[in-house]
Amino acid sequence: MERTALRRRLMWQVATVADVRRETDTARTIVLDVPDWPGHLAGQHLDVRLTAEDGYRASRSYSIASAWPGSDTGSTIELTVEQVPDGEVSPYLVDVLKVGDPLEIRGPVGGWFVWTPDQDGPVQLIGGGSGVVPLRAMLRAHAAAGSTTPVRLLYSVRRPESVIYVSDLKELATSDDVDVRLVYTREAPAGEPRVGRIDADVIERHAFGPEAGATTYVCGPTPFVETVADLLVAAGHDPAHVRTERFG
Amino acid sequence: MDVVSPGFSGRRRGGADLPPGQYLTHEFPVLSAGPTPHILTDHWEFTVTTESGEKYKWDWAALMALPAEEITKDIHCVTRWSKLQTTWKGVSLDTLLADVETGADFAMAHSYGGYTTNLPLDDLLDGQSWIAYEYDGEPLDPEHGGPARLLVPHLYFWKSAKWVRGLVLSDTEDLGFWETAGYHEYGDPWKEQRYAGD
Repeated sequence: MERTALRRRLMWQVATVADVRRETDTARTIVLDVPDWPGHLAGQHLDVRLTAEDGYRASRSYSIASAWPGSDTGSTIELTVEQVPDGEVSPYLVDVLKVGDPLEIRGPVGGWFVWTPDQDGPVQLIGGGSGVVPLRAMLRAHAAAGSTTPVRLLYSVRRPESVIYVSDLKELATSDDVDVRLVYTREAPAGEPRVGRIDADVIERHAFGPEAGATTYVCGPTPFVETVADLLVAAGHDPAHVRTERFG
Repeated sequence: MDVVSPGFSGRRRGGADLPPGQYLTHEFPVLSAGPTPHILTDHWEFTVTTESGEKYKWDWAALMALPAEEITKDIHCVTRWSKLQTTWKGVSLDTLLADVETGADFAMAHSYGGYTTNLPLDDLLDGQSWIAYEYDGEPLDPEHGGPARLLVPHLYFWKSAKWVRGLVLSDTEDLGFWETAGYHEYGDPWKEQRYAGD
């Protein structure tokens, strides 16, 4: 388990919302201008802190959706937030926050669920719902570095309109080194015969086999990650090469 | 620095005495860095290794033979959820370490699956930590660290190593898995020691 140690004091910084992009009915990408951003690794997250007029505060962690430095982002970073029903912070980020508003952030955080271009071996990304966010940062980092490492994304969504980064994924998939597969669990687009969850058959047909020596990154809701990680281990993947991030 | 978030009022599901920056959950979220190991109790072993290299071992039957305690504690995850009055059953580290000869100041908890986390030995003693094998009256589920996990509820929950298989005692403090990935070496929720340097 080799990693770069990151041991410096993290300070709260004030970012400014430079742009917002609606991704789906419930998800929005927020482009933040961060004057002194130290940079980050694909897969890391940051903390967002909201403060009400009377001083009440609430913080949550969000995955960073962009690579650094990304040609697509210049000096900015992106977050993609999925609105959690009954949530405290996400509804504000998805529906209320607007261009020009300040947003306090602290990060980057995390040194395990990360991919860097100097890593050996192919990369298997498996995301469920908004679990695709840190994986998109990895795809962006892969493209920005001009990496020829083979990358596969297996992305499980409920229905076509739930897909986050539709055009982005199409564009990334034009690379010979990148393969994007969508798995629809409730409703598939016309011409897509299969509807169902990721199972042993999907893993066998679409993911790198254990012999490929890939590092696999699985991100999504806990039951999704638990199921997929178990399937990978059952298929013969070394658990030490399966990295997970579960959204509580 | 006070930056007001325009239009934010919050939900303030308060009432509870929570550490700073935490919110209440009634779920029991799972956070692990890799696949869940499935360890049979037949194969389970817990080993304490002292600073002089001496080893003390317990298998599952030996653990079950030790006096157990019922524990009801609030738990606080660094990802900001807190869960109140969780109930566990397990063996106090005071019991396990009673006959262990050591002058060490630090412990590294080791887990099946390769996870590690570091703690001062003092934080494992005096009724502050357990090897827990039941949650809510049921055998501890593998997702939550079963068959047995370390339970150190006064620190952020990543210190409560799931699938625990041993402690290595030492005179010096090394850093564990999350501690080398930017998280705080001690992790007191009441001081909000989330990340290195907090």
